Amino acid sequence: MSFLTYLINGLSLGSIYAIIALGYTMVYGIAKMLNFAHGDFIMVGCYIIFSVSAALSGNSVVGIIVAIILCTLLGVTTEFVAYRPLRGAASPLAVLITAIGVSYLLENIALLIYGADIKSFTSVINWEGVSFAGGQLKIQGVTIVTILVSVVILIVLQLFINKTKQGQAMLAASEDKAAAALMGIDVNKTIALTFAIGSALAAVAGALLCSAYPSLSPYTGAMPGIKAFVAAVLGGIGSIPGAMIGGLVLGIVEILSKTYISSQLSDAIVFGILVIVLLVKPTGILGKKVQEKV
Amino acid sequence: MSKTQKSNFITYGIVIAAYIILEVLMLTGNLSSHLKGLLVPMTYYAVIAVALNLCVGILGELSIGHCGFMCLGAFSSAFFSRATEQIIPTVPRFLMAFIIGIAVAALFGFLIGIPVLRLKGDYLAIVTLAFGEIIKNVINSFYIGIDSKGLHFTMKSAMDLNMEKDGDIIINGAMGITGTPHNANFTIGIVVLLISLFIVQNLVNSRDGRAIMAIRDNYIAAEATGINVTGYKMMAFTISAAIAGAAGVLFSHNITTLTASSQYFGYNASIMILVYVVLGGIGNIRGSVIAACILYMLPEMLRGLNTYRMLIYSIVLIIMMIVNWSPKVIAWRKKTFGGLNLISILTGKKKGVA
Amino acid sequence: MKKTGKIFSVVMASALAVSMLAGCGASQQGGSDTFKIGAIGPLTGGAAAYGNAVVNGAQIAVDEINEAGGINGYKIEYKTEDDELNAEKSVNAYNTLKDWGMQLLVGSTTSACSIAVSENTKNDNMFQLTPSGSAEECVKYDNVFRVCFSDPNQGIASAQYINDHNLATKVGIIYDNSDVYSSGIYQKFVEESEGKNYEVVSAEAYTQDNNTDFSVQLQKAKDAGADLVFLPIYYSDASLILTQANTMGYAPTFFGVDGMDGILTVENFDTSLAEGLMLLTPFAADATDELTVNFVKKYNEKYGETPNQFAADAYDAVYIIKAAIEKAGVTPASSVSEICDAVKGAMVQIEASGLTSSKMTWSASGEPNKEPKAVVIQNGVYVSAE
Repeated sequence: MSFLTYLINGLSLGSIYAIIALGYTMVYGIAKMLNFAHGDFIMVGCYIIFSVSAALSGNSVVGIIVAIILCTLLGVTTEFVAYRPLRGAASPLAVLITAIGVSYLLENIALLIYGADIKSFTSVINWEGVSFAGGQLKIQGVTIVTILVSVVILIVLQLFINKTKQGQAMLAASEDKAAAALMGIDVNKTIALTFAIGSALAAVAGALLCSAYPSLSPYTGAMPGIKAFVAAVLGGIGSIPGAMIGGLVLGIVEILSKTYISSQLSDAIVFGILVIVLLVKPTGILGKKVQEKV
Repeated sequence: MSKTQKSNFITYGIVIAAYIILEVLMLTGNLSSHLKGLLVPMTYYAVIAVALNLCVGILGELSIGHCGFMCLGAFSSAFFSRATEQIIPTVPRFLMAFIIGIAVAALFGFLIGIPVLRLKGDYLAIVTLAFGEIIKNVINSFYIGIDSKGLHFTMKSAMDLNMEKDGDIIINGAMGITGTPHNANFTIGIVVLLISLFIVQNLVNSRDGRAIMAIRDNYIAAEATGINVTGYKMMAFTISAAIAGAAGVLFSHNITTLTASSQYFGYNASIMILVYVVLGGIGNIRGSVIAACILYMLPEMLRGLNTYRMLIYSIVLIIMMIVNWSPKVIAWRKKTFGGLNLISILTGKKKGVA
Repeated sequence: MKKTGKIFSVVMASALAVSMLAGCGASQQGGSDTFKIGAIGPLTGGAAAYGNAVVNGAQIAVDEINEAGGINGYKIEYKTEDDELNAEKSVNAYNTLKDWGMQLLVGSTTSACSIAVSENTKNDNMFQLTPSGSAEECVKYDNVFRVCFSDPNQGIASAQYINDHNLATKVGIIYDNSDVYSSGIYQKFVEESEGKNYEVVSAEAYTQDNNTDFSVQLQKAKDAGADLVFLPIYYSDASLILTQANTMGYAPTFFGVDGMDGILTVENFDTSLAEGLMLLTPFAADATDELTVNFVKKYNEKYGETPNQFAADAYDAVYIIKAAIEKAGVTPASSVSEICDAVKGAMVQIEASGLTSSKMTWSASGEPNKEPKAVVIQNGVYVSAE
């Protein structure tokens, strides 16, 4: 019974990693860049929901909609101002470093506006969840909603990418930007669209992250961002179902290792498992093996 | 003298010239305490930037866990210095601390390199990040003490050491090591920097170095010409880890409290070093040294701006990246200024990448 | 072109180096009619809440003293520097303040930074009073004193309090394994728990990289049957623990130490979750004595927040320095070292009263002598637990 409880806890944590990882992997898969600022987009989304809800005396639905719109704008603007000029730079590291700069920038702006002290976030989900076995096993509402939302996002993204013209353009751009441009695809527009979707997902992820763990500070997004990145790599970065699986696996592994091995060393164990998985399957659980051409 | 030799000597020259200028300023009392305090950190950040550039620029493998090696060097040497503080006189002790710190970092560089270097690209990067975090987390759970019965070790808690009353807990979990002798100074830092530069620059211009760069540029072709790909990769990675370990020794003997916390050894710190390397020019060793010094100084010089300091720093970082790396900006700059720009002037580099 | 480029490069590099140095020529010793007090703490980064509380709390004390005519008629000049919770940056901050002409230091805010800085204050023989550096080693040197309780002190006091008041039979602990403060109290608490009338049944750690999900730590305490959970951690993490305990339907007594103070002031926090929480703290923001009421009002007006224990410690620190200077009778014209020697001597003689205790004395070791107060949260406010 206690094992099941821990498993459910792992699922709750994993579902949060999964929904963040979806946005991460989306941007990485298409734009081929590690957007280190993704975690901070989440933080921005949380603060927007927090402020709007406070201003409208607790109306979180409007807050989420505003957050999605503003995060999308933020994502597109960031892409245009900071990332686009570096497309085609001599090293792919240039844009990575810029993303880190953007991450610092967002954190420090939040610090100046909201201060460093944590804020308690009111959950956007007012559902207790379901209980089994006479209340001994409980799955929280936010966990169920997060998993459902992740699955919906997963399906919609898959359909969008595989069935629409825009989605096909994204795939083409991710394979080969120059060739895609020759085929008449507006690569800049396509990547901007990717960022728009990725950032909108960050706002949704933020709402769910802060509903599950209701503590909000300028650094809220940083560590979940990195963990979600790890999850995305674990699942095979660029693969959308992979991100979902990676997130869930990471959450469950983290909770179980804390439970049965050591809570002191849980970070080491989680990262250790990542290393082992990558050694056995160097491109992650669902990653495609790319044959290198001479 | 060949062109590369000349370039190498310019690098040493700049370091030595900077050293002499700063020493003169210090002796004549023209250097503020603030700046004096920055000198040693600047040298060890320059050293680890050189180490990382060997890994990222010359070997071509992105590592975002290099501060983990620095952490290993720092802890092993500080442990040694603390344990033998009463027994061995300062000079041989500090020398041995260097050897131990470097050896431990190199050993782990080698061991970690075996699995890591089988991976590629971003997967390799994330695994180095993972190892950096593992090192930090494990050291945070170390408890080592010495008493009359000898060494005690546990990974549970200080109580489980079962020490005698007179025992001395040297590594105390999250509290780390306190009271490491303050042995590092600017001169030693500069000497370590010069030795690191000497090793890396000579490696780059040697047969081995050319083999390493051949692997970076096209490993299939390199393998086809009979280069031992794994061997050379391991060599470069281990040397890089060893130099990072030397930076760690300087670090732990400069401030007396050493804790394995994210501020110093986490992925964020490793990324900071990566910023130095990228801004200084990937593969450009001299650039790394200069960028490390300038970027370490920048937030310190902005102290007057108080809370806006880190905000300005991040904006400057973004702008510097765009100015230095954007293909359009580079083209425009070439048209307007005929190819001269600040970083390439500073580093004596003519092209975008080495 | 090539050659000129190269010469140019060397010239530019040295020009840049010199220009960077030129901006920071040494400017020792300012005017000799004010006391220059500096404060250091993390003003940016994850621990910024604590550092800001310290510099703000001290600022209020400085303003009050200056309004009332200063120390022995000399005004205070006050300057703060950021250390980002980084010992190396803390030393840099200290050096910056030294260049400004600082004579007495209130800082650093956190233990590791404070220890690193104390190495320098020792060398310079500058008086250092840390408001909140609680690790044992912080006051290793004779020029360093502290306002708060030491970590061992708090661990021992907590164990004794739980024992004396028969609060529990089985105790669970959740502590931060990556934090000096938390692991320090944890260690002493477990040591002291031996032979007490309760049993420590679970001790689970977390780290600052892993401080969102506490379900495992709580579940383990619950499974072990702990009826009291000891939380030697800061309120920011504790607020999450309380929320998660509530969702899983686990309601033991939670017992915190001084880092827990501030939990009621977390914006938007559901204070009903903290109902019944006990903590040993020297300061309670809703105490009704005039001093506290006045301080909380001023702090709220100036910074829009309710002050926590860090702010109170720093506020007291400035007043303690004032009392010590008055006792020692030094003037700003004295050198840093003379001030230090005189103030150091005066510290063991004064008896200060402030926000964090009505009666504080110091031993030459730098440890304060004051009684921890136990409070319990009832109906969203602190009530004395006695």
